[in-house]
Amino acid sequence: MKNKIVENIGFIIITLCLLATLFFLALIIYFIFAKGISVISWEFLTCAPRKAMTAGGVAPAIAGTIFLTLGAVIFALPLGMSCAIYLNEYNPSGFIVNAVRIGVNNLAGVPSVVFGLFGLAVFVKFLGFGVSVLSGSLTLGILILPAIISASQEALTAVPQSVREASLALGATKLQTIVKTVIPSALPGIMTGVILSIGRAAGETAPILFTAAAFYKRGYPDSPFSEVMALPYHIYALMTEGTRPELQTPIAYGCALLLLAIVLLISSAAIILRNKYGRYYVS
Amino acid sequence: MRNYKEKIIQILLTSLAFASLFFLIGIVFILVKESIPIISEINFLEFLFGKEWYPSRQPPQLGIFPLITASLLVTAGALSICIPLGVGAALYINELAGIKQKKILKPLIEILAGIPSIVYGFFGMLIAAPFIQKIFNIPTGLCALTASVMLGIMAIPTVTSISEDALSSVPKSFKEASYALGANRIQTLFKVIIPAAASGISTSIILGASRIVGETMTVLMVSGGAAVVAKSFFVPVRPMTSTIAAEMGEAAVGSPHYHALFAIGLILFLITLIFNAGAEHISKKYRIKLGLGR
Amino acid sequence: MKSFIKIVSAALITALFAGNVFAGKVILEGSTTVLPIAQRAAEEYMDANLSADITVRGGGSGVGINSLISGTCDIANSSREIKDSEIQAAASKGKSPKAFVIAMDGIAVIVNPKNPVSALSKKQISDIYTGKITNWSQAGGNDEKIVVISRDSASGTFESFSELALNKQKVISSALMQASNQTIATTVSNTKGAIGYVGIGYVSDSVKSVPIDGVTANKINVLKGVYPYSRPLYMYSNGEPSGEVKKFIDFLISSDGQAIVEQEGFIPVK
Repeated sequence: MKNKIVENIGFIIITLCLLATLFFLALIIYFIFAKGISVISWEFLTCAPRKAMTAGGVAPAIAGTIFLTLGAVIFALPLGMSCAIYLNEYNPSGFIVNAVRIGVNNLAGVPSVVFGLFGLAVFVKFLGFGVSVLSGSLTLGILILPAIISASQEALTAVPQSVREASLALGATKLQTIVKTVIPSALPGIMTGVILSIGRAAGETAPILFTAAAFYKRGYPDSPFSEVMALPYHIYALMTEGTRPELQTPIAYGCALLLLAIVLLISSAAIILRNKYGRYYVS
Repeated sequence: MRNYKEKIIQILLTSLAFASLFFLIGIVFILVKESIPIISEINFLEFLFGKEWYPSRQPPQLGIFPLITASLLVTAGALSICIPLGVGAALYINELAGIKQKKILKPLIEILAGIPSIVYGFFGMLIAAPFIQKIFNIPTGLCALTASVMLGIMAIPTVTSISEDALSSVPKSFKEASYALGANRIQTLFKVIIPAAASGISTSIILGASRIVGETMTVLMVSGGAAVVAKSFFVPVRPMTSTIAAEMGEAAVGSPHYHALFAIGLILFLITLIFNAGAEHISKKYRIKLGLGR
Repeated sequence: MKSFIKIVSAALITALFAGNVFAGKVILEGSTTVLPIAQRAAEEYMDANLSADITVRGGGSGVGINSLISGTCDIANSSREIKDSEIQAAASKGKSPKAFVIAMDGIAVIVNPKNPVSALSKKQISDIYTGKITNWSQAGGNDEKIVVISRDSASGTFESFSELALNKQKVISSALMQASNQTIATTVSNTKGAIGYVGIGYVSDSVKSVPIDGVTANKINVLKGVYPYSRPLYMYSNGEPSGEVKKFIDFLISSDGQAIVEQEGFIPVK
């Protein structure tokens, strides 16, 4: 009897933990949606800020975020995939595998602001790219590299050995086998990793703070060397600069809603994709 | 001809494989290179344990002890929120949730792990801080407590997700054996499953802590920003990450202030490196213990 | 996937070449105090000159001047005068910063509207900020702890205030250091015992501006030079400005530009 009571109390506590977690997270999402939704309009999505950031839209920030994120993926995807393909298909020595694994694991744990410092010292100053889309994209690219490597590796490992053997038996070279059969089979898994990384890159602020972000710019970046506005930075700028908080806060809510919606949609898509294709190879 | 091409590709792939390691070493190199001038400028111990952070004075006073203690305080506070809630939620998903619930909850938690930190900061600044100020009746809601709460909530999905992985990789036979011996569910959970998954859970906590220490935008917006050695959770603090983010834009390149900020970055990097190495070490041990791999 | 990458890279390359067509590109960088003026001016200037492409970046006054010296911006916004060391650094790189006073700014001392204190002396301000006075009852108010709020120790406004108001004495270390004018105003409006200082453009109904030695922080007093905490705001160009940079600065100093200065809560110089 006493055991039963203890058991029930234990379960109640565990359930409360879950409910509290979901409550807090739901609260955050609720507030952002409730206060942001009224700001979203066609003008908000397609116009530049007007009247000292108190009116108009945030289109340059949306565009900037898209450019930065795409740039990061264009940089990190080939690099990450090559790395994963080498590790998985070319049977390197244990030393190399370990060295790369240490690199990937520790790079994944580096605080985002430290990536920002690296980007500032190397891309902005040393290579002279200045504060620009290019510097920001490269910095974000390094940030998402570990995730892309891990996801690609996982996807490649899941491709059954028989697929490779069949291709080789038909007289294909190793390279042909990789390009024509292994990569296509692993693509859904790799894409999952890429999509998750896009979500991460779109939401990061600290790495672009000193490498890419501008307070105000009209229109779209016209070269890789121009600075951009970005959604997450714009939220920060609206909350900390400017002279009309009462007019800027609603716009910041709108930006937060947009960012949250983009990131949540992207990561939902990735996770649904993974659950769908994940099962494919297990069976 | 064909062979030639294959060879080139292989060499290319080999060199690209080291990209992540290369960048890691690059980061270490840059941090060390940009930090060294500060050590020649002022006494290293004075830098680490100095209590005065006045970077714009002439000459600047660069003591980062208040910043280090702020980071530790906020991390400790956040952990005391995310460990019980995060592990508790993982236990629920693993033990109490039915298959249907599990199918929704697991991906849901993973999706929530992606909420950008700026959103937490924004919410903390506009909603959590005024609320906390009111209920505790303190001068300002932008303080260590608010930062801890926001970071704690932020880290829950990470902790839950990894803890749940650890719990579900405990072999079913453990549970069955325990039931066969007459133990009830809660006894099995606390005496068998949690100990078996302990190292996996610890890994999740360490990785959560690593994320909390390195988090920037949230603390920048809600921690208040006073560079003093905090004596309680109710005062504003200035953690290391927010110091870098707030001041890097204002420090002149090559000034002692600039180098000091890189040195703070180096210290942060080392802290997370230790955390990650610890997590790696524990998870390796754990695989051996459960007989789950190399 | 492949074709996707091709399309994107093609788009980027086209963008790269197309970008250089614009000649009227101007980058402004520096002081957060000047930021609202610069942003609004850029906006209106671009409305009138469609070919112009103006980017505004924040940062501190020092950053703007440094960028000007290293050639990464065209105009440095600054809330303080350029330092001798900076002039030397500029000269060594063949640059000669030229100053334009684009507006006047007063640093207003603000308290919560519920605070009964409605006048302070220069001495009291300095005592509060250095920690000699810690309770409002010592400054003619209620028995309540003073919550001292200051700008970030790295900002230009902090430097100006510590020079103008504190005679370079150290701000008490328990002060809340905020990263911007706006966060100071917000914190003061939410906190009963708070005192803070902001550019007068940031004074609104949610906070109370306190006269210093009987002088209110307003336009007339700043222009007359009687308000103690006032300062000019600058834009620096490299050498005698030309082209788009000159046109932009001319616009800001014109009556249209000075109207923006006034709308943003600062004091026009003309």
